[in-house]
Amino acid sequence: MKEPDVLVVGGGPAGMNAALAAAESGASVVLVDRFAKLGGQLVKQTHKFFGWADRGAGARGIELAQKWSHAVLAQPQVETYLGKEMIGAYRDGIWLVADQEKYIKIKPKRTVIATGASEKMILFENNDLPGVYGAGAVQTLMNSYGILPGEHYLIVGSGNVGVIVAYQLLQAGAVVRAVIDVLPRLGGAYWVHAAKIQRAGIPILLQRTITGVYGNQKVERAETVGVDDKFRLIPGTERTFRVDVVCLAVGLTPLSDLLFELGIQEYYIPELGGFVPWHDQTGRTNRKDLFVVGDVSGIEEATTASLQGRIAGLTAASDLGYAVDEQMRRRLIEALAEFRCSTLSQNVCSGLDRLAGKEASQ
Amino acid sequence: MNLKDVIVCRCEDLTLEDVRKAIAEGYISWDELKRVLRIGLGPCGGKTCRLLVLRELANHLMLSVDQVNYRPTVVRPPLRSTSFEVFLKEENG
Repeated sequence: MKEPDVLVVGGGPAGMNAALAAAESGASVVLVDRFAKLGGQLVKQTHKFFGWADRGAGARGIELAQKWSHAVLAQPQVETYLGKEMIGAYRDGIWLVADQEKYIKIKPKRTVIATGASEKMILFENNDLPGVYGAGAVQTLMNSYGILPGEHYLIVGSGNVGVIVAYQLLQAGAVVRAVIDVLPRLGGAYWVHAAKIQRAGIPILLQRTITGVYGNQKVERAETVGVDDKFRLIPGTERTFRVDVVCLAVGLTPLSDLLFELGIQEYYIPELGGFVPWHDQTGRTNRKDLFVVGDVSGIEEATTASLQGRIAGLTAASDLGYAVDEQMRRRLIEALAEFRCSTLSQNVCSGLDRLAGKEASQ
Repeated sequence: MNLKDVIVCRCEDLTLEDVRKAIAEGYISWDELKRVLRIGLGPCGGKTCRLLVLRELANHLMLSVDQVNYRPTVVRPPLRSTSFEVFLKEENG
């Protein structure tokens, strides 16, 4: 059995920064990720980030992944388990990791959960027909493996992910017929990106939803229809798109199965992606030895994830008596609040406010 | 929309028709639906269908999603399909 000071579950921007912050403070860390490579979703984010220069803005996601993963692998205080998955959390404080051949038990003093998110699904006819993809899957195939899953695309969802994937598909030589969104306004994509794809001739059609995909064994066409303010379908506004791929970018939801196992206090906050674990500004949940950071604590983005990771890593180390730069920790907490107010959508901020107003049950 | 062509749970191959029928028969909590349909008990452990089903329940009961009878602690290890062989060998045992 392994008994590190801090266990970090997930090696994306939040997890890597949590591991680094804890280790640099002197704590021993075990970091587990199910993939063979650190970086989480950053490894497919080939676009430049917005935000602050000292927080990685202007850098591409893949560059940040490389920078942080080199730092983690070079840090002697961090033991990294890659290609292994956390399959169980037990209430006596033991965590179970496994790969194809063996298992490992871990009993840490503090745990930071940074498992990220999964893509949401929506309901329409034949939504399991080959050719229906999550936007994340298309991005992985295209940006990590250099494979285009089809030629003609319809993107459902005009959030950041949908609009960026549309632009990257364009760059990769694919034809994007349209981006549709059921809402009457752009779904939280940065305006610059949305303007870019519209200049390139991709229409963004608001108040429109997908009703079905059809074809012989695979998607050959997608049917859409306009909706009113109450999301009722408007007859006569049907529109067909000849596409072989429908790319669903309808949002993410926290990947919180491990938290469910432990009975961590959760609240349903749609603005943050669904069921969200209660946590304080350091990421600490209602279980004192457990922190949540990054998308699993509420859907935001990579900059806030990395800040949250740093803060939780420092706090976990401080809990255990390691000397932590208190001023730095406070500055990070302030920076996180400031970044959220200036950059994130109003929607996310109001979700965070709602969560902050909730109680932690014991 | 043809409800039997709309997949809610890919792992267990359950359609919107299956889910709405079960709800109409009176299975009005996540636990009950799980037991009667096996929904959420496939390899993904409900990651795809959970929110969709809770929304169906909420609509049916005219409640908000967080008022639906949902017991989050019902998720149990192992979280992934794991072969018995794995449990024979402990690393650093």
